[in-house]
Amino acid sequence: MTHRRPVLHFRAGSRLIAVALALGFTSLLVAVAGASPIETFRLLWDGSLGTGDKFANTVMTWVPLVLASAGLVITFSAGLWNIGVEGQIVMGAIAASWVAREVDLGTAGIITLAILAGLAGGLLWGLLAGALRVYGRVNEIFGGLGLDFVATGLVVYLVIGPWKRAGIASTSGTDPFPREAWLPTIGNKLAPIAVILAVLAVVGVYALMRGTYFGLRLKAVGANATSAFIIGIRTHRYLLAAMAIGGALAGVAGTVQVIGFQHKLVPAISGGYGFLGILVVLLAAYRAAFIAPIAFFFVMISVGSSQLSLRLGLDSSIGGVIQGTLVLVAVLVGGWQAQRARHGAVAVED
Amino acid sequence: MRGRALLRLVVVLSVFALVAAACGDDDATTTTGAAATTTTAAAGEDLVFGMILVGPQNDHGWSQAHYEAGQYLEQQLGATMIVLDRVNPADRPETPVEQVIDDMVAQGAQLVFATSDDMKDGALLGAERNPEVPMIWSSGDNAWVDGKDYRADLANLGNVMGRMEYGKMIAGCAAALTTETGKIGYLGPLINDETRRLANSVFLGARYCWENYLGNDPADLEFSVNWIGFWFNIPGVTLDPTVVANDFFDSGVDVIISGIDTTEGLVVAGQRAAGGETVWAVPYDFEGACEEAPEVCLGVPYFNWGPRYLEVAQSVIDGTFTADFQWLGPDWDDINNPETSSVGWLNGDGLGADAATDLETFIAGLADGSINLYVGPLNYQDGSVFLADGEVATDFQIWYTEQLLEGMIGASSAG
Repeated sequence: MTHRRPVLHFRAGSRLIAVALALGFTSLLVAVAGASPIETFRLLWDGSLGTGDKFANTVMTWVPLVLASAGLVITFSAGLWNIGVEGQIVMGAIAASWVAREVDLGTAGIITLAILAGLAGGLLWGLLAGALRVYGRVNEIFGGLGLDFVATGLVVYLVIGPWKRAGIASTSGTDPFPREAWLPTIGNKLAPIAVILAVLAVVGVYALMRGTYFGLRLKAVGANATSAFIIGIRTHRYLLAAMAIGGALAGVAGTVQVIGFQHKLVPAISGGYGFLGILVVLLAAYRAAFIAPIAFFFVMISVGSSQLSLRLGLDSSIGGVIQGTLVLVAVLVGGWQAQRARHGAVAVED
Repeated sequence: MRGRALLRLVVVLSVFALVAAACGDDDATTTTGAAATTTTAAAGEDLVFGMILVGPQNDHGWSQAHYEAGQYLEQQLGATMIVLDRVNPADRPETPVEQVIDDMVAQGAQLVFATSDDMKDGALLGAERNPEVPMIWSSGDNAWVDGKDYRADLANLGNVMGRMEYGKMIAGCAAALTTETGKIGYLGPLINDETRRLANSVFLGARYCWENYLGNDPADLEFSVNWIGFWFNIPGVTLDPTVVANDFFDSGVDVIISGIDTTEGLVVAGQRAAGGETVWAVPYDFEGACEEAPEVCLGVPYFNWGPRYLEVAQSVIDGTFTADFQWLGPDWDDINNPETSSVGWLNGDGLGADAATDLETFIAGLADGSINLYVGPLNYQDGSVFLADGEVATDFQIWYTEQLLEGMIGASSAG
């Protein structure tokens, strides 16, 4: 065991190096574009947390990212590359939109049903990708990607077809939902129910992975499915369960997007949070405890980056560049450290 | 060890946060100082206005036309523009329009322009939340007392739109005078009242010139409309305008008229012409749009938002702003006068000399009122009557056009 300590030590160090390198690289880019790096980072900070409304907006963007990321921790732990998370968010959003448009049970009734419907929508879509993997031997990357396209096709069809605005055929979005179907807010934006859902998801996934046999077996399946099967774990069940849980959480993310943020269904309802969630989970090294702060950091960059255009005239895609660089550098540094650690381990054993 | 790793991450983030916060305080003070020094300057120089664009500010189309109107205000008044482009759910899922409005107001904007049909929900909500801030929702109709969607409660949200029907009639005429195959394609965005009335105007202009200047049978003019589903290309969501433009040319169309915010129609025409084909295109929205392929460009109908936006800004400075609905035509004395005309047309290099002469006659006819194409009998696509014989269309009838016209090929609404 002793030789493992340095490995973990290096891992923590690698995060530090990665963050420093990414910030350095971004500063260089910004400086080349003719802006002050310090001003840029100040605006990112100010633009995401500067006022109560901005903070609320950041939190409301954080919620779906955390939900999707929490689900991805489960699927990644099971060794599944759940690229279909985007489609699962979309299917959750569609199901919740149906409730918001069609059901008239008062706010409490609509919201409860919408969350359950969104959860079910995402769950089924995740389960479908899982079934394709387990029973159809379709790799979950390809199955998931295919199902992403189907979900996007369906949302575009609904928006421009059956759920279109009267007299209009536009992929812009549906009519806003009736106000009874909006998540209640404190102030203009902040919906406590959404925040509670996100916190429950993180705590739930953390507990599941750290404190249960289910989590332990899931990790065993993820580490080596064949060995897990040989020691008696029903791997298929665990793979399907992981996809179902991951999909359900993604579906709730979609629900929050429609009834808590956009208040209508738009084709880009996933917000790209599924793919961004993959980056978050990579940076978190698949651990639930890290998701909330890393997702918050990412969201601060996304939300704050519009200030870079507003105030500095910079292209706001710089936010995406920072996020991408961070993950890339983290993965590179992590790989380099792991390699060094392996050599170190060999040396210790010698 | 995990706890320690977490601790390190928290420390890193906290240090970053502290640095950022510390810098933030410094800079905020500087900004306040700068603002204080300008209080003695002329009133126009104090004006800060927000400009929200749906597409990129350099799209050579709709958004650039608005952006340059904002620059015009900066020049004329010395005002300061705060601009955010690409505000749409696909490009900025985390930044809804009402949030941008709140941000701009917080940043000191005393006037905000929300410049797209797509911003309807956000503009209405943003105006509701900031009732003391004058705003314009361009191309909208919430301030039209006689309109279908009048919102008497929003006393701070006015509308501006150009009477692009004229520009589109001119575009249709130029296309009809040029086509050799008798097939014109209209590259449409999404389907709504605005896009139907503009497509219809193109058709009316084309049919008039085809019949009156070339002496052809209107039945021989094939006019088809293909809608991509949004104002510009969103991969995976809309149809790809490049593909649609190529399909048009493959089907025998030799002139494409664009109704979308961006210039794919013209770009494709330029590529096909470079490959030896005889094709042309008419872009839209922006004065400089022909530049992408000048040799195949017949001309461009464009918006000139500057003059009206200047009046609005001046009214805000004077404290006389009222939220009204302005639907502004060309200045017929000189439709390309940058200070007076809200809608213009510039001939392109691709327009032949004979066609240019006829087009000039057509424009003169529109100008003196001798040509009015919105006079019955005109039927809708399903055969129902749009305008009875001799009936002249009202603004209401034109604005809220329900269908494409009889004789046009294409969808009037989604199936």
